[in-house]
Amino acid sequence: MSDSKHTQRGLDPEVTEKLQQQTSQLVESVNSGDFARAMTVINELSEVRDQSLYQEVGRLTRSLHEAIRNFQIDPRNAEQKEALSKMSDASDRLAYVVQMTGQAANRTMDLVEESMPVAHAIRDEALSLRDEWQRLRRREIEPAEFRELYARIDTFFGSLGKDSDDLYKNLSEILLAQDFQDLTGQVIQKVTALVKEVEENLLGLVVMASHVDQLTGTVHQIEEKEESADKGVGPQIKAAERDDVVSGQDGVDDLLSSLGF
Amino acid sequence: MKILIVDDFSTMRRIIKNLLRDLGFSNTEEADDGNTALPMLKSGQYDFLVTDWNMPGMSGFDLLKAVRADENLKNLPVLMVTAEAKRDQIVAAAQAGVNGYVVKPFTAAVLKEKIEKIFERIQ
Repeated sequence: MSDSKHTQRGLDPEVTEKLQQQTSQLVESVNSGDFARAMTVINELSEVRDQSLYQEVGRLTRSLHEAIRNFQIDPRNAEQKEALSKMSDASDRLAYVVQMTGQAANRTMDLVEESMPVAHAIRDEALSLRDEWQRLRRREIEPAEFRELYARIDTFFGSLGKDSDDLYKNLSEILLAQDFQDLTGQVIQKVTALVKEVEENLLGLVVMASHVDQLTGTVHQIEEKEESADKGVGPQIKAAERDDVVSGQDGVDDLLSSLGF
Repeated sequence: MKILIVDDFSTMRRIIKNLLRDLGFSNTEEADDGNTALPMLKSGQYDFLVTDWNMPGMSGFDLLKAVRADENLKNLPVLMVTAEAKRDQIVAAAQAGVNGYVVKPFTAAVLKEKIEKIFERIQ
């Protein structure tokens, strides 16, 4: 924010000097009993206050204008009109992230759900064949059973090749389904940059507004809004650095057992 | 064993559904928040409830309190599977009568352990 340098300083030095001068004049007049003079000085003091207030409001207006330009939401320029609201674009981008991650998760789960029965079938047939094989080794098998086992083993070897191919194909598709990370990562980084920019601009506005408050003597009573934990607050970031948050399942278990659960 | 899975994200419901099936529980139904879940619970003869906390509409915490306040549902075992990790929240859930608390992200082993623990205590 280019304006933050002059918005962050206090009153203009000349204004401060004038105020100091007038204040001592006021004290002198009151002490010497010259109340008419004192009233004039009070009026002059008030004028200085008004003037600097006007100046500050003017400065605030200019800075506000610049801040709005920095947000690129000034619709007068055709080019900016096109990029009218980076903010609504940011919402679209984040919606895209939700959509992409959802798609990837579902695609992955489709493939997993497809693969699990294949793995189960291989295991079941392998276990069953092993039992039969052991019976054969113990010479407990009749010739007719042996012919059946012979055919089953043949089929099993045949399907094993196809099933492993299917599993391998599904695994590599699962691998490919993770490509969302690259795309969503880029989108999230762009939105993060925008949020940082907005934060800086807002901070500049807050500084300007506080300067006006300082001049007008306005005191705001802002109630601290506490986030209701009843509704849920979502995942905790930097949980390891915080005392009021558990850092994992072990933390939950320790806390609950300390309560006697 | 009929189980209701409540989460606003369909992917998470699907993950839990799959893990439960691996544990031998294949009779599961789904709801996307407390408001949809509560009438299902009231009419559906469920044996077990798995719920997220943070959901639009009625949260899982409010659902838990509603279940405990209902004469017919008050003994229903409830497992919370949630990203909510504040100590105050976990204590509040325990005081509201939750039977188990799994914090996301979780593993299949943790889910299994908590579910088995709940059923051990019930039997």
